[in-house]
Amino acid sequence: MSEFFTVSVLVTTAASGIRLATPFLFAALGEAVGQRSGVLNLGVEGVMLLGAYAAYKTALETDSATAGVLAALFVGLLMGIIYAVMTVVMRAEQGISGIGIFLFGLGLSDLLFQKQVGTPVSITGLRDWHVPVLSDIPHVGEVLFQHNPLVYAAFMLVPFTWFVVNRTTFGLNIRAVGETPEAADTLGVSVVRVRTGTILIGNAMAGLAGGALALEVGIFQQNLTSGRGFIAIALVYFGAWRAFGVLAGSLLFGIVSAVVLQWKTLGIIEGGTASLASMAPAVLTIFVLVLVSRRIGSPSALTRPYERSG
Amino acid sequence: MGWLVPIVAVLAALIVGAIMLLTLDADPIDGYRAMVSGAFSGADNLADTAVKSMPLLLVGVGICIAFRAGVINIGGEGQIIAGAVVSSLVALGLPGLPPILLIPAVIIAGAVGGGIWGAIPGALKAYAGVNEILSTIMMNIIAAQIMSFLLQDLLIEEGAIRIQQTKRLSENADLPLLPGGTRMHIGVLVAIAVAVLGHYLLFRSSAGMRLRAVGHNPEAARYAGLPVEKSVVHALALSGACAGVAGSVLVFGSQSHRLIGEGGAAAFTQNAGFNGIVAALFGGLHPLATVPASFLFGGMLTGGIEMQRELQVPAALILAINGVVVVFVVGSLRWRQRLVRLVERQLDGRGVAS
Repeated sequence: MSEFFTVSVLVTTAASGIRLATPFLFAALGEAVGQRSGVLNLGVEGVMLLGAYAAYKTALETDSATAGVLAALFVGLLMGIIYAVMTVVMRAEQGISGIGIFLFGLGLSDLLFQKQVGTPVSITGLRDWHVPVLSDIPHVGEVLFQHNPLVYAAFMLVPFTWFVVNRTTFGLNIRAVGETPEAADTLGVSVVRVRTGTILIGNAMAGLAGGALALEVGIFQQNLTSGRGFIAIALVYFGAWRAFGVLAGSLLFGIVSAVVLQWKTLGIIEGGTASLASMAPAVLTIFVLVLVSRRIGSPSALTRPYERSG
Repeated sequence: MGWLVPIVAVLAALIVGAIMLLTLDADPIDGYRAMVSGAFSGADNLADTAVKSMPLLLVGVGICIAFRAGVINIGGEGQIIAGAVVSSLVALGLPGLPPILLIPAVIIAGAVGGGIWGAIPGALKAYAGVNEILSTIMMNIIAAQIMSFLLQDLLIEEGAIRIQQTKRLSENADLPLLPGGTRMHIGVLVAIAVAVLGHYLLFRSSAGMRLRAVGHNPEAARYAGLPVEKSVVHALALSGACAGVAGSVLVFGSQSHRLIGEGGAAAFTQNAGFNGIVAALFGGLHPLATVPASFLFGGMLTGGIEMQRELQVPAALILAINGVVVVFVVGSLRWRQRLVRLVERQLDGRGVAS
């Protein structure tokens, strides 16, 4: 254990925790915005997988990680259109249709990978960009300011999301539609338009989350996300639907994963014990859900399709 | 008329699948022909389909129970694993028991394991207000890691190669093959029996009446004095028990004589925890209708393997098509309700006229 508590190892672990938190942040912030408007999207995992494959395949073909990022965003938007038609227009039950999207993404990403790529070839991700001056601060610089642009983007999205949800008209509409769609509708806010908007945002960010993950690990494989999309949904509850709460949860999960990985690398834990350690985030999520569920109310209209009554 | 909707949904999903095949440079007609013949032609293929559909049916019956009681169980994967682990432990602990005792013991052990794994999120929902969708998903992740832990550390064979599997399980626990010379074993009968039991429970017993009342309107049920919290726990425990039996049947119906976790949890469950939801939805959340529905989706799984062999299209296509089926079925549930209402209104009208 002593080999873990050296400055250099701790700094590396913290930096990797920040990187691992990035996909969680993208996906969970997008999901939070959707849920604030009353839409539960359980398909995040599937959309992440499709985004990850799109980013991987595009980066492989074009040698450009930036093109991969754009492809992931595009695929996310595409899935957003499908999900919006299903849940807002056709008013399908949100929980189960999300599972449909998950299965679709799990199957299709694996299908395309096996058919189009087959043997995994690794890709080069986005290049790190050292923030001038700040990255030279000892230790802190390495932890916070020596990452690729997607990491900075994810963290800057936190205050941005907070601002949009709490300080703009669009945000007010989102919250109104998520709490009492009837009242919002009476006041001339289009429930369909607001929810379609948040679904597109949420899915695009889920796609981006998958892309960020694929570019970070530099490879695609079947079920690459292995539950991260579902954990992102739980993080929204964890963070009580608030951007900074989601940030805290994502960081916690990112750092726990980084510590487990580091311990595995150093041989502090191995094989089976590492599996037990890997379930820590899931156990933690359940504990947090027990603590918060009764105390903090979800958006009142969450999962409730809106239909004008006659 | 209502039953037409899921069929149309599957046809629509197959059309989407055909488009996917076309974009992969495969002839959809050849593809589906390979799929149908791989699934349903000849006794051997039919038997394989029956064996493949059995976990879907077991999970599906559990889904019927949970959904009818108003709880969404996405934890089939974890409950299958819990059932498989507990039943393997029983087989490892009592290897000398004769088959007549050991086989029922491992199946009951599977039900207990899965039942506990379902009861936990049930209790969390009933007494702490935890959303069951999230907790069942977390329980899936936890079960997968526990299995991986057990198969690497505690249950591993001494001095064997490091493959994630238990040591050889007693042959006394093997599910006997049914006569006919195919690979069909009594697990298929167990699954059908569970479906009949599920039907009886839901629609012919007072407990089922209670579960459905709670699912239909929890507030009214509480007002009527029904134990709502307990019903939620019971529903998820029963639902998990069905999936747990699937786990035990998957272990002891295979010829491997081991619980094999190599390749991850999904390699063992074959995603039955999710595909069972598809079958149950297709069967209109009716345990008996889930029998043919599971057979159909089991057929798609066996047929998918044949398609992979003949057209080199990965069998993952079937999973994607299943996703589309869910989307279409759930999307069309509203239309089905509308359709049924429409038909009812017409019948009413006729009744008034005559």
